[in-house]
Amino acid sequence: MAHRMTTLARTSSSEGPWRRAWHQFLRQRSAIIGMVMIGLLASTAIFAPLIAPSDPIDVLLNKEEGIKKRSGPCIHILGCPAAQPQHIMGVDGNFRDLFSRIVYGARLSLLIGFVTVAISLSIGTLLGAFAGYIGGWLDNLIMRLLDVVLAFPFLLLAIAIVSVLGPSLLNAMLGIAIVSIPAYARVIRASVISAREEDYVLSARTIGAAPASILFGHILPNAISPLIVQATLGIGTAILDVAALSFLGLGAQPPTPEWGSMLSAERNQVFTAPHLVFIPGLAIMVTVLGFNLLGDGLRDALDPRLKR
Amino acid sequence: MLRYVINRILVALPVLFGVLVVTFVLVRLIPGDPCTAQLGEKATPQVCARFLTAKGLDRPIIVQFGVYVRDVLQGDFGSSIRLARPVTQLIAERLPVTVELGVLALLVAIIVGVPLGIAAALRRNSAVDVATMIGSNIGVSMPVFWLGLMLAYIFALLLKGTPLQLPPSGRLSSGLTSVPFYQLWGWGVDLKSGVGQVLQFFGNLYLFNSLITFQWDVLGDALRHLVLPSLALGTIPMAIIARMTRSAMLEVLGRDYVRTARAKGLAELAVTMRHAFRNALLPVVTIVGLQLGTIFGGAVLTETIFNLAGVGRILFDAITTRDYPIIQGFTLAIALGYVIVNLLVDLSYGLLDPRIRY
Repeated sequence: MAHRMTTLARTSSSEGPWRRAWHQFLRQRSAIIGMVMIGLLASTAIFAPLIAPSDPIDVLLNKEEGIKKRSGPCIHILGCPAAQPQHIMGVDGNFRDLFSRIVYGARLSLLIGFVTVAISLSIGTLLGAFAGYIGGWLDNLIMRLLDVVLAFPFLLLAIAIVSVLGPSLLNAMLGIAIVSIPAYARVIRASVISAREEDYVLSARTIGAAPASILFGHILPNAISPLIVQATLGIGTAILDVAALSFLGLGAQPPTPEWGSMLSAERNQVFTAPHLVFIPGLAIMVTVLGFNLLGDGLRDALDPRLKR
Repeated sequence: MLRYVINRILVALPVLFGVLVVTFVLVRLIPGDPCTAQLGEKATPQVCARFLTAKGLDRPIIVQFGVYVRDVLQGDFGSSIRLARPVTQLIAERLPVTVELGVLALLVAIIVGVPLGIAAALRRNSAVDVATMIGSNIGVSMPVFWLGLMLAYIFALLLKGTPLQLPPSGRLSSGLTSVPFYQLWGWGVDLKSGVGQVLQFFGNLYLFNSLITFQWDVLGDALRHLVLPSLALGTIPMAIIARMTRSAMLEVLGRDYVRTARAKGLAELAVTMRHAFRNALLPVVTIVGLQLGTIFGGAVLTETIFNLAGVGRILFDAITTRDYPIIQGFTLAIALGYVIVNLLVDLSYGLLDPRIRY
């Protein structure tokens, strides 16, 4: 009996909103591509020790015969003489295997993206939700404070914050997280304000639900889809911006295998060893592209207004 | 209209004051005192005390802030600790570099991005559309610093010796100088005065200056130096503008008045430009205005890569050496520019859409 019930439920035409969104999502080519890219990246990050031929910060001078500083990619099956040590993405300025560093860099980049967004998302959601729900002077105060943050060029303010906190990867993430707060707060505030007067909120209020339970139990769940989209796109932006800070020397410090700082370390060698600049930058771009495609796909899937 | 402008300025004032407070506080939170940063670790306490007194940095924070606000209102942004020069003079010198770069980058972004977006919307799902969308997705995902370095590699090294070779650093080739117009025309101006600094600002806009003084070789050379940086800086805004134009056009092209315009036999170009694009302009202008932030942030990176002594560069250096007055003065100038541009964008809505009244 129970078995028949589930079959019935599955075949019934009225599928839930999440399932509908999922089907909508699967219909978008770019979303699938984005998801596959991030899936590959995540597997690279998880299995980094299995994929990377050597340790990312291991200096291979004196350990490997014939290794040359900043030598280009050498792949044996593609015709590179077998006498030379194989480094499929070449060797960096400190005799380290670039491929291993790129592989381990995937771990850092994903971590950077998720943690940065998690920080700004949680603070932004709280601020935006309170501003939108309570309204009045609190709304005014919060939004004006966020306006001040927005009055600065994004990256410059992040640079200033990091110079206060001191250059490090964690501080660079904090800096980017702080300057991203207004974006999340605004999205949430707008959703909360439009949901505040909906019938289901009014009815919850009528039956005497506590304000906190209305806000977190009724309003926020209905405001979540723009937030998911914003957060997915935000991961890409965060990776890009933290890499920029690392490039300026304010983020990850060498020999950390972070793509932005790897690129920065070799930027004066762009004319002599372009692969050391090209490959880390390409890695950043592909990662960010994956999250952007995924975010766009989610937007189309979750926002019924945009449905074709 | 006038009332709206005044209202907007009044709303902007607290934000600007907030900017003033934030820069003032933030700058003083930077660890390490300016004395050891400027005079080195070996500076004796006596020397440091004299240095701090001379710069007014030994007074209570509130007093320092009061003095700072008073000076700013009088147009005095203080003097750089490290360079020992008035900040306003440095602004007159450095801001033009960034303005030139930013304006050119934005122009590149608009001139390429808008037509691409229109073409993509008109031929939806065609090769043009797909290519534009793929290109814009890649464009927004590219690190500015990487793109800049790659452009330098391609145009300065790979294409060396071809007519497409472009210089990867600086504003002018060595041997060339841009003579400011006030000097060329023999205006005796005191460059330390307020008017002098305004003239200096315009004189330092190499493109503008060489254009009005007919220094064609300087104009050409300055333009060649600006191609790579503005391409690097303009790519992300270009991608965003193309995407926005496309979706705004798609929205408008399905409207009844576009069908009516087509039905009454108007030429396709007239339908596209006068009926469709005109109405798609509002979101496009908004997004163009928003790109200013991307441009200013990207300017730090672009100026670093292409060796341009602009605002981004001096601010970055000032932050790392704790040069308080420079940080405050330049940040304030940038925030002011922001507020003004946003006001202009808002006001342009009225011109674009006659239904909007203030």
